Amino acid sequence: MDFGLTEDQILLKDTVHRFLEAECPTTRVRAIMESDDGHDQQLWQGLAELGMHGLIIPAEHGGAELEVLDLALIAEERGWAATPGPFLGSSMATAALLAADDQDAKSEWLPKLATGAAIPTFACGEKVGEWDADRLEATVEGDRLSGEKPLVPFAGVSDLLVVAARDSDGPGLWLVERGASGVEVTSIRGNDMTRRLDSVRFDGAPARKVAAGRAAIDRARDVGLVLIAADCYGGANRCLRMTADYAVTREQFGQVIGSFQGVKHQLANMATDLEPSLSLLWYTAHAMDHIQDKAARHAALAKAHLADLYDSTVRYAIELHGGIGFTWEFDLHLWFRRALFNRSYLGGSTYQRRRAAELGDW
Amino acid sequence: MNLSYSQEYQDFREEVRAFLEENWTDADRASAPEVDLQTVRGAMGGGIRKDARATEFRKKAIERGYMYRGIPKKYGGGEQPPDPLKATIIAEEFRRAKAPFEIMGQGPSMLAPTLVEKGTEEQRQKYVEPTLLGHILWCQGYSEPGAGSDLASLRTSAVLDGDHWVINGQKIWTSNAQEADMMFALIRTEPDKPQHEGITYFLIDMKTPGIDVRPLRQMTGEADFNEVFFDNARVPVDSIVGNRGEGWQVSRSTLKHERALIGNASLARRTFDGLVAMAQVIEVRGEPMIKDPVIRDRIAAVEADLLAAEYNGYRLLTLGAKNQDAGLAGMVPKLHSTNLVYKVTKLAMDILSDRGLCAPGEPSAPDMGGFSTAYMWYWGMALGGGAPNIQRNIIGERGLGLPRDVRK
Repeated sequence: MDFGLTEDQILLKDTVHRFLEAECPTTRVRAIMESDDGHDQQLWQGLAELGMHGLIIPAEHGGAELEVLDLALIAEERGWAATPGPFLGSSMATAALLAADDQDAKSEWLPKLATGAAIPTFACGEKVGEWDADRLEATVEGDRLSGEKPLVPFAGVSDLLVVAARDSDGPGLWLVERGASGVEVTSIRGNDMTRRLDSVRFDGAPARKVAAGRAAIDRARDVGLVLIAADCYGGANRCLRMTADYAVTREQFGQVIGSFQGVKHQLANMATDLEPSLSLLWYTAHAMDHIQDKAARHAALAKAHLADLYDSTVRYAIELHGGIGFTWEFDLHLWFRRALFNRSYLGGSTYQRRRAAELGDW
Repeated sequence: MNLSYSQEYQDFREEVRAFLEENWTDADRASAPEVDLQTVRGAMGGGIRKDARATEFRKKAIERGYMYRGIPKKYGGGEQPPDPLKATIIAEEFRRAKAPFEIMGQGPSMLAPTLVEKGTEEQRQKYVEPTLLGHILWCQGYSEPGAGSDLASLRTSAVLDGDHWVINGQKIWTSNAQEADMMFALIRTEPDKPQHEGITYFLIDMKTPGIDVRPLRQMTGEADFNEVFFDNARVPVDSIVGNRGEGWQVSRSTLKHERALIGNASLARRTFDGLVAMAQVIEVRGEPMIKDPVIRDRIAAVEADLLAAEYNGYRLLTLGAKNQDAGLAGMVPKLHSTNLVYKVTKLAMDILSDRGLCAPGEPSAPDMGGFSTAYMWYWGMALGGGAPNIQRNIIGERGLGLPRDVRK
């Protein structure tokens, strides 16, 4: 038994950490998030050269053939660095395509996704809060898709939309290419400027069916839950460490504020709540590839738990920074905004715990 | 990440099982008294078999290296290299076989390793093996009415008079003092030296004239702790471990074993499983409590935190096996797991609703009142072995690099 990361995983995580530290400090985060489409092709390509976009893609299609846990390590580092860009949507879309049945579609698209030559996204949720594959209303008749997807990550810069919809046989997955007729993309102003969302309207768009049933849809959703949980841990841990650093430099009443128990104990409480959650995250990510009967329920529990912790950690971080933490030029709001995204996207904590209760047959 | 055991460990498990099948029979099991780990006494090691048959079995298990693995063979231990995975396998298999395992409590887990580290050869020979076999029961004399979190301010004193020390003062929160044969204690012998340098580590026979044990009834109604009064109690000059004035250092090696003893999630898990079962049975307005949207939301929230604590235990096990520093992950479990006991027991009380009015043992209560005991026993866990704010100091200072508190 070995409950921890392998040497390779530690190296992978460290590589991404150093890359993001050098290539995407918060000055660049701000430049990207204030750009029109919120996406930086150069950063995307740099990550592609490290092999990051093909992490879970099989070797036969040009990927590294690793697991959700490896992908979660990248998500954690992106959370730590508040990295902008279409990682979450493209990872969910990739996971969906990997779980699909259409081998030709995989051979056609996966190599392009692995190199970063094409960016995919996942269009699933409807009516701002419905993620259940059995309750989706987007419909395919013949090869034509119609319906509304109000919260699609980075649809504006994506080359491929992996769409959860239904036809006369029930739920399934369809591919719609960028620039296809009958696709209208409207950008949404979101609280988190590093992760853009678009509303996509399909009106008889040409669509290619790649999976029947809900399994691939659920898989993509669960991968998304795990990656959000990982982003939460990375971001919350960054907030905790930033605040501890601040507490040993900021002086008031003639001493550093970290010497006051009011501050010290607040930080200790943040660490006490947060640190064990990394183990829940690791187990859950591992379960996605190895413990099928626990994966979905753990993903729901972990997402809710870590989103709640991110919220409380960043809140106390800002509180302990005082007024500076409320300013635009200080960086903390970048993580606060990401925490807002994480708690809501794919359904909030109450929604996830309700799912966990149902999955546990309570 | 690999959550299965390798062949080496599967073989080891088979070996342990074979040993248990041969040496602890159905007849032995049938004659063993039930130990209720939900009770304070059970959790502290009470009710555990120490009779001749159990001793015979323990000696065999120790000889095979299955118990007291950190203690050398020549002092009655199992003497094995540290291997947390093997230790876990042994504990699981012994539990499954309902076989006598290590005697719990402060003697074997805290005093014995301290004596091996700091005691004289004579002290090791005299005390370690009988302690491991449960033939000498120990209590710990640290806290005093005026010295809790600031333990080094303790005032119970010993003065040398010929070949005896004369002890005067008072200890408090002494678990098991009414049954203990011996006490290990911190006592001030050098009143003129700075606080930490004036303390000596004593081994005291509880039958010494001048020692008076008075039970201290806690919130649960039971008396698991005591006050111990010393009135000119005379103990032999060689009753000390280490030199005069070195007691604080000696006690540091004792304390590091105690926090590991308290920081695990097993009480929270037992209580959680119990409350889920209860919430499926107890009905409000004709529907099981677990169908209530608020109750199931709260149960799921606590479950995630509980799983985090359990998996963090796996992580610490692996780090321990690799001899790697656990950092924060190793500092937070005591505070985290006791917080968790509070959350779980509070939730259980909410599910019980009016039924929570029943005291422990009340036959009409669905849980026999066990949840309210656990709800109160939270305090025993939270306050023993370093109160929450002391834990927060440790986490902040050693884990997050914050400055130490101002101390005299």
